[in-house]
Amino acid sequence: MSEGISQPDAPLQADQPTPVGDLFSKFDALIKQREDLLANGVEDPFSLVMEKVLSPTRAICNGRDTILLGTYNYMGMTFDRDVIEAGKKALEEFGSGTTGSRVLNGTYRGHKECEQALKDFYAMDHAMVFSTGYQANLGIIATIAGKGDYVVLDIDSHASIWDGCAMGNAEIVPFKHNDLEALDNRLRRIPEGAGKLVVLEGVYSMLGDVAPLREMVAIAKKHGAMVLVDEAHSMGFIGPNGRGVAEEQGVIDEVDFIIGTFSKSVGTVGGFCVSNHPKFEILRLVCRPYVFTASLPPSVVATAATSIRKLMHGSNKRAHLWENSKRLHGGLTELGFTLGTKEPQSAIVAVIMPDLEHGAAMWEALLHEGLYVNLARPPATPAGMTLLRCSLCAEHSAEEVETILGMFARAGKAVGII
Amino acid sequence: MDRAEVDERIRKLIEPFNKKGVTIADGTTFAGDLEFDSLTVMDFVAAIEDEFDIIISMNQQAEIETWGQLVDAVFRLQNT
Repeated sequence: MSEGISQPDAPLQADQPTPVGDLFSKFDALIKQREDLLANGVEDPFSLVMEKVLSPTRAICNGRDTILLGTYNYMGMTFDRDVIEAGKKALEEFGSGTTGSRVLNGTYRGHKECEQALKDFYAMDHAMVFSTGYQANLGIIATIAGKGDYVVLDIDSHASIWDGCAMGNAEIVPFKHNDLEALDNRLRRIPEGAGKLVVLEGVYSMLGDVAPLREMVAIAKKHGAMVLVDEAHSMGFIGPNGRGVAEEQGVIDEVDFIIGTFSKSVGTVGGFCVSNHPKFEILRLVCRPYVFTASLPPSVVATAATSIRKLMHGSNKRAHLWENSKRLHGGLTELGFTLGTKEPQSAIVAVIMPDLEHGAAMWEALLHEGLYVNLARPPATPAGMTLLRCSLCAEHSAEEVETILGMFARAGKAVGII
Repeated sequence: MDRAEVDERIRKLIEPFNKKGVTIADGTTFAGDLEFDSLTVMDFVAAIEDEFDIIISMNQQAEIETWGQLVDAVFRLQNT
């Protein structure tokens, strides 16, 4: 079943001579690195196929029954009966796709209902749904920060934030991760009168650490900057209403824009921005990643809206997710693994690997045990780290978490990491 | 502060980043000669920004390839 999987993606023979003018020669180093890695017999970590998905926490991966511990499916909404029924109904009634932009023929009743669900969830005046979370960051940042403005962003920001900076015309100024003084200094040095946008994340997805938003938002406001917070990894389970780290730390009213995604806790695909800015709606006409792409299919916005409304009442699931995160974090620490944070701060537990070779070997050993985690490596990771990133789900049972710890213990010893 | 003094002060800052002890002249390149990766660039730029109390945005960094260009840019920035 799985024999053919890595074939189409198999690396080239690196000793083949590169013809002059081949635009692909810039990838030679990466091709070589992949080839070396796979030559050791390691199963390719970047071409795993899920042949069958049994539940939010189980799938058949490369032919094996596998516990999923790297899906960001925090609240386990992907198989929720009400969510699935809403999707089926929309598929029947509105068809398989909109074939159009939100500003032309691509806004159906379901898109408006989805935006209303977001406004209700966040208690904000405006909500704009994008086709992916990536496009939400790309579009909002590139559009609101223009020529002569400054974007001040955390150095560990997600690729979609960096790409939004690259697409726009603003001056880009990064600061050291979660460093209040570095943020303050950079804002202070910006020429007087220039527009300023501070871009932060609630939870940083690589190490699972949380930003000191209370202090950072206060610094930004002291300098007259607008603040955008990406809450992709906190929606649904951080904060009294699941609105994220800004809510948890009591500064959500000071935040100008919250960016989020449907592809994590909500359990489908899509992105959004919510805001109380009185002129927010004009973005629908000027934000290119919103205008020049097809809108989400009716079934997707229907599942998203249903899921978002259910997440408003998910306190029991939230509590169990936190229990899972604490148990996994504590258990892995006891086993002797080095983790990305000293205390569990989110539903992400990052296990730091000594290097890519050990990381890939450990990843494969876990897969053979029947556990899927994310292998994360540069450039996605900070400081050149290789990580095995685990993300917990509210649907993982307490017993499953114990099973997972047993798998980590055996694989860690086999690979020689603990 | 004149250009020579700016040069001297940045020379002190680069020491911990110049791990191979490359001899630095105006034509020395950061990516090529000094083999700076993006993380090293970030830390080095932050050190310069703090020393001179200036901002060197990534847009400006993109136009700085050599030591001489860096000294020129910092000299210009600290006089504005």
